[in-house]
Amino acid sequence: MQQKHTPMLVMEGITKEFPGVKALSNVHLNLYPGEVHALMGENGAGKSTLIKVLTGVYTIDEGTVTLEGKNIKVSNPLDAQDLGISTVYQEVNLCTNLSVVENIFIGREIMKRGRINWKEMNRQAKDLLKTRLNLDIDVTKLLSSYSVAIQQMIAIARALNVSAKVLILDEPTSSLDKNEVNHLFNVIRKLKSEGLAIVFVSHFLDQIYEITDRLTVLRNGQWIGEYMTKEITRFDLVTKMIGKELTELGQKAKSIGEAKGMNNNLFLQGKNVSKQGNIDAFDLSIYEGEIVGLAGLLGSGRTELARLLFGADKADTGEIFIQGKKTKLSSPKQAISKGIAFCSENRKTEGIIPDLTIRENMILAIQGIQGWFNYIPKKKQIEIADEYVKLLNINPPNPEQLIKNLSGGNQQKVMLARWLITNPKLLILDEPTRGIDIGAKAEIQKLMLSLSEEGMSILFVSSELEEVIRTCRKIAVLRDHKKVSEIENNQHVTQKDIMKAMAGGMV
Amino acid sequence: MMKSKLFWPIIVLVLILLINLFFDKSFFSIEVRNGHLAGSLIDILNRGAPLILISIGMTLVIATKGIDLGVGSVIAMAGAVGAMTVSGASGDSLVPLFMAIAFVIGISLLTGVWNGVLVSHIGVQPIVATLILMVAGRGVAQLITDGQIMTVYYDPYTFIGGGYLFMIPFSIFIVAAVLAIASFLTRKTAIGLFIESVGANPEASRLSGINSKNILLMVYMFSGLCAGIAGLILSSNVASADGNNAGLWYELDAILAVVIGGTSLNGGRFYLMGTVIGALIIQSLTTTIYSIGIAPEINLVVKAVVVLIVCLLQSPEFRKKLTNYFPARKTAKKSEGVTL
Repeated sequence: MQQKHTPMLVMEGITKEFPGVKALSNVHLNLYPGEVHALMGENGAGKSTLIKVLTGVYTIDEGTVTLEGKNIKVSNPLDAQDLGISTVYQEVNLCTNLSVVENIFIGREIMKRGRINWKEMNRQAKDLLKTRLNLDIDVTKLLSSYSVAIQQMIAIARALNVSAKVLILDEPTSSLDKNEVNHLFNVIRKLKSEGLAIVFVSHFLDQIYEITDRLTVLRNGQWIGEYMTKEITRFDLVTKMIGKELTELGQKAKSIGEAKGMNNNLFLQGKNVSKQGNIDAFDLSIYEGEIVGLAGLLGSGRTELARLLFGADKADTGEIFIQGKKTKLSSPKQAISKGIAFCSENRKTEGIIPDLTIRENMILAIQGIQGWFNYIPKKKQIEIADEYVKLLNINPPNPEQLIKNLSGGNQQKVMLARWLITNPKLLILDEPTRGIDIGAKAEIQKLMLSLSEEGMSILFVSSELEEVIRTCRKIAVLRDHKKVSEIENNQHVTQKDIMKAMAGGMV
Repeated sequence: MMKSKLFWPIIVLVLILLINLFFDKSFFSIEVRNGHLAGSLIDILNRGAPLILISIGMTLVIATKGIDLGVGSVIAMAGAVGAMTVSGASGDSLVPLFMAIAFVIGISLLTGVWNGVLVSHIGVQPIVATLILMVAGRGVAQLITDGQIMTVYYDPYTFIGGGYLFMIPFSIFIVAAVLAIASFLTRKTAIGLFIESVGANPEASRLSGINSKNILLMVYMFSGLCAGIAGLILSSNVASADGNNAGLWYELDAILAVVIGGTSLNGGRFYLMGTVIGALIIQSLTTTIYSIGIAPEINLVVKAVVVLIVCLLQSPEFRKKLTNYFPARKTAKKSEGVTL
């Protein structure tokens, strides 16, 4: 906008629909040469869909893409590479058992009389790394002999090799330490000065402010706006990502935090619990019948914290007390036997058993408690399944349907049923309302409130502050893998207060 | 009906049997000979018993997304151990028969523990872990038999694989019993559900509080047990133990039987009855090839072709392509007609 030159790449009115979901609707993106452009948004905002549309993994339903003034159509990733649009994904997708030079030239080896010209390839690879990335390494060594950071550089080198104009870096820093990030940033600055347009995706706010010039915010597949990084405050940025302009922040729902079922008995108390690389040491106490919210941006360590309390990961330090007794939670089985349930946010990889029926998926956890031989009779299973299909309004209402044929929202409900059937004392819900329509969201919130009235404690992880404020009595806020504050929810707490804590830094 | 996983295997089995009828009018007849039932069908069941047994064990292993390559060697080992314990000098046994059987079963369970521990507790990939036993097991069998064929002179031993009960070969009773136990354990207890869930999504199963290690250990032990019994039947049937050739390539036939029966190598849902039919297909193929006089050197090729056909029929993708292809051709013809 302030740059005088014309954009290198313009995406206009991009719409992409998947069965039942509008992943992108009328989204714009302008990339200028020599800029680093951040793509911001929470989970499901449409960032990765937009990248995949640009790199030809998905085709566009509506909208146009112009590169240097010419209308282009990218129908597969190879097209994108030929046009000079390259991507480095979060998980380095190189072959660690090949040499550096092989990784850089794989698929487009330099040939000489029908044979590979190793000498020339080695020379070019070394040259490329040195001149463009300031990296002087032995290119004939195996990739696995270098650190993740260097591997990342090599992934970038590979992307650059295809005469790149646009370079997309998807969460490039998530597995790097501070020094490595600095080195990467130096490289990015260098490439930027060479006139590349760089798209930078990251959930580390500090890094966004350090390296990017401009940013585009998406939310629920909608284009929210394009801003100069310098001109938008952290607080405004987080507000835009999460929704709810400040002016829209109406009064809170009345039902908050009354928590009728809550009493003064501690159910779970964590002291100084931590796991290196996942979450810094934190204290947390959850009373019987209390709903505790975990707020924080994506990647702030919410899930990591929840997993420690469920024994899904083992904590390095700290102690956990359950009903006053010191307890070791080293496996989910142990946690479940103590009355803890954990509904994961990764439904596909950590939730559903795709080939099994709704009924079998529902009874899995309770049967896990009962063991091998105490099998719940099939008639009883059907009764239970029918009951929860009705209670949670699962569609199709046929317990013998395979769960893989259900929509995401309905699969989520089956997961919820799996845990409710075990009648837990503490239910950990990690983003239970993601990808669920508004009606079902309200149902789940209502269900949470009524469960807590019956004395069940709930740890509620959610990106939607409105939900958190409406249901929780106490809200723990996480930022950059650290619990930064704990807010007692009362009539005076607003989304603004929580966002401030989530964003940190200057507001 | 078409949707059932058993549909195509049954059709193929029936076809193979009908082909036999074409060559031999008396193929389906069962008569009483020497006081027990005899006939081609009985023969297929009797000779197929060892394969059916190890295929049942293999089904559960494959349902956990594993594989057990060691069963052929366990057959050889079980036979050798069985023969060794009952081979006295002059037709007497060193130990009572039941103790010999218990000894063989104990050893085959141990092989299962070995595989199971390697896979579940140490995390070795199943194909590698069981490959070790595939090599080592046959080695042990050869050591026991001294590389020779060890003959058994103790008559009661031959009953297991060669005897008759109520005019029916005893091995068929053994298969029926093992199948009944496996069906009971997997359908009337939670074990079947756990096997399927661990095979289809191990992480989700762990987070649901299921101890996948015990499940894995159990299925490998069961597979070892099945192989051990199969080894007893085979060695008892010929009253000898052959460390070199007993059970050779059985693991591959068993894997085929499981796949033909509709259980995916990706783990998850398994079909015990499908496996039994798959094993019967393989056995009747072998019998057919001999009985209608196809040259033995073509045997393996014919077998491969039939197996390929069944596997293609079981593949949803292939069936879709097939059904897409035929309407497509019809419309193509129609448009041709218009231009004409």
